[in-house]
Amino acid sequence: MCPQADGPVEIVTKRPRRAKSGRVTAVGVAGELLITASALVLLFLGWQLWWNDMIMANSQSDAASEISQDWIDQDTATPEPVPTVDPAEPSTTPVPVDFGAPIVAAVPANAKAFAVLYVPRFGAEYHRSIAEGTGHDVLNSNRLGIGHYAGTQMPGEVGNFAVAAHRSAFGGAMHLINELQLGDAIYVQTADGYYTYRYRDTEYVAPSQVQVLASVPNKPEGTAVDRIITLTSCNPLLSTAERIIAYGVLESWQPLSAGAPAELAPIIAAQG
Amino acid sequence: MYAALWHVLPGPIWVRIILVLILVVAVLAALATWVYPWIDGILNSQEATVGGA
Repeated sequence: MCPQADGPVEIVTKRPRRAKSGRVTAVGVAGELLITASALVLLFLGWQLWWNDMIMANSQSDAASEISQDWIDQDTATPEPVPTVDPAEPSTTPVPVDFGAPIVAAVPANAKAFAVLYVPRFGAEYHRSIAEGTGHDVLNSNRLGIGHYAGTQMPGEVGNFAVAAHRSAFGGAMHLINELQLGDAIYVQTADGYYTYRYRDTEYVAPSQVQVLASVPNKPEGTAVDRIITLTSCNPLLSTAERIIAYGVLESWQPLSAGAPAELAPIIAAQG
Repeated sequence: MYAALWHVLPGPIWVRIILVLILVVAVLAALATWVYPWIDGILNSQEATVGGA
C-alpha cells in the first residue's frame, strides 16, 4: 500500500513513514533478491515436473497423431493397383493371418520421426513418435520424445529395436514403464504397417550398461534370432542413478492396408 | 527494490495491480519459454539413455 496524501494534516503525519518505506537499503535489496531466487527455483521445479511435462506430453502426442494419420491416409489414398502390377500384395478382403516376414524400413535421418509407439498399459490415449537418434534434439523435443538408438535394429528386424525416452519431464514418454505386465502389447506403427510386440521382462542396470542394446540383449557376441524391442528410461523416478530396461518380443506384423490389430484399432480411430 | 518498483508504477492502485500482474505474467512466460529450458539443458544430460550416446 502506498500512503495517500489527502490533505495538509495527512501529509504531516504520513510523510515520515513514506520516506522510510521508500528507502532502499543494501540488506533490503539482498533479502528481496534471495526471496526472488528461491521463488524462481521453486517455479523451475514446478515448470519441469508439471508445466513442461504436460505441455510437451500433449504436443508430442498431437504430433504422433498427425504422422500416424498421415500414413493411414496416404495408404488408403493409394490403393494397390488391383489386377495389374503386384499380385504378391495381400488384398484387403480375404485377410490372411500371416503376412510373411515383416517389412524392415531403411534407417532414417537423425531426428526424423519414423514410427509411433502405442502401449495400452500406458493409457488408451498414449501414442508417441519414435525418431532416429537419442540426442537432446529427439528426447527433449516437443514433437518427438522417443529416440531410436543409432546402430540398433529397426522395427520388425531380427535383433534389437532399442529406444529411449524420459521417465519424467519432457513429456515423460516412459513414465509408466515400470507398470508393464507380462504379455502387455507394445505396438509400433510405421509407414509400412503395425508391429505387435509382447512385453517380456524388465531389468534395472547401471547407466553404463550398453549391452542391453546388443542385438541379443546382454550377449553382445550372440547371434540374433528373436525380434526384440527394448525400452530404456531412467530409474528411479526423478533420478538418473539407474536405468530401467523393458524388453518385448515381436508377436506379429501386418501391413497398414490390413488395418490395425484389434486392440489398437479403436485407439487409432479415437486419435484422429 | 519491489517497493521502489511499486512507486515507479503510474496510476491509481487498481492500475498498478494490473500492471504488476502483467509484469509477473511476462516474467513467468519468459522463464518458461527461454530461461527454464536453457537451465534444464544444462542440468539434465541424457538421463534416459544407456551409454553416453
